[in-house]
Amino acid sequence: MLKILKPSKIFLFTSKAPKYVLLLFILVFSIGLLEALILSPEDYKQSHSVRIMYVHVPAAWISLGIFSSITILSLSGYIFKNKNFFLIAKSLAPSGLLFNIIALVTGSIWGKPTWGTWWAWDARITSMLILAIFYLIYLIAWRIYQNKELVFKITTIITIFGIINVPIIKYSVEWWNTLHQPASVNILSKSSIHSSMLFPLIIMTAAFALFSVLIFLMKYNTELIKIKNKGLDRL
Amino acid sequence: MYGRKVKLRFFFVTLILLILILTTFLVLKSLEENVVYFKSPSDVKVLEELENKKIRIGGMVKEKSIKISNLGVNFIITDFKNEINVTYSGAVPNLFTEGKGVVAEGYLKDENFFEASKILAKHDENYMPPEVKEALDNK
Repeated sequence: MLKILKPSKIFLFTSKAPKYVLLLFILVFSIGLLEALILSPEDYKQSHSVRIMYVHVPAAWISLGIFSSITILSLSGYIFKNKNFFLIAKSLAPSGLLFNIIALVTGSIWGKPTWGTWWAWDARITSMLILAIFYLIYLIAWRIYQNKELVFKITTIITIFGIINVPIIKYSVEWWNTLHQPASVNILSKSSIHSSMLFPLIIMTAAFALFSVLIFLMKYNTELIKIKNKGLDRL
Repeated sequence: MYGRKVKLRFFFVTLILLILILTTFLVLKSLEENVVYFKSPSDVKVLEELENKKIRIGGMVKEKSIKISNLGVNFIITDFKNEINVTYSGAVPNLFTEGKGVVAEGYLKDENFFEASKILAKHDENYMPPEVKEALDNK
């Protein structure tokens, strides 16, 4: 187990894998777009503007998932004193921020024709904006602090504060009156979205996840090259 | 299995998380009034004084309550317990229809009358193709 995790083995993987992930991403993304934009039906109420959902919802899911992963990795890195976890977390963050911004922007574009406003200070939207700010602070911290021990601690503290916001985002639409509608896709209870619309949603989520993996592998590869070049800073 | 230090750090992180969750819970609880985006008609009924500031009222547009005149739109917001009459002049969003969610922003004239300066449509979590909706309605 530990042998597989040796930096040289990981490096071999991260430098070769991106092109296969890219191919897979292009394939899944094409199917997703075809489903979302052409094959899926229009909504009985919103007609074609429902198609924004196929970008908006997966982007929001991925950004929440990545922030949760970053937190778990940082906390494990702190508890088990493993530097590698921090570097994985750092490499995941950029695509998390990207999808967070995509979710906010597409939400705004969707809000105008349906709700009648570009922006509302309701709990769901505001907490999503706060998550984007946490992503920003997290990434800026990595740039500011050069001292490794210090930057590990500071980024872990940022994720601890940020993770409190994640369940607030998830449950904001149930706890309070919000303009944003409640969740349509539920794991435990019946989903209130028709299967013909759920299918493209899942494909698009897979495509976005693959894109995150792609960006992650490239970022992580760079981190490993940095370590190699320094020579001193071993994992 | 794990060293004493590892256990200690795990305990430390767990405590910090617990404290933060508790603090956040208390803060949100005390701020609840401001976190909610709109009040329901029932919330408005129990207001002690008619505030002279901008508020938002949300609920369902009552069936057959929309009346369009040259002065504007009149309709009733209901939460199936209480109702409020709303007057509004201006364009309404596409999804504004009877039996669907709405949020009106404006000033309360008295217990039963609300003058809206902005209307937002609140849509629900149901998504389906038109044919499915038709089939459901015919049932």
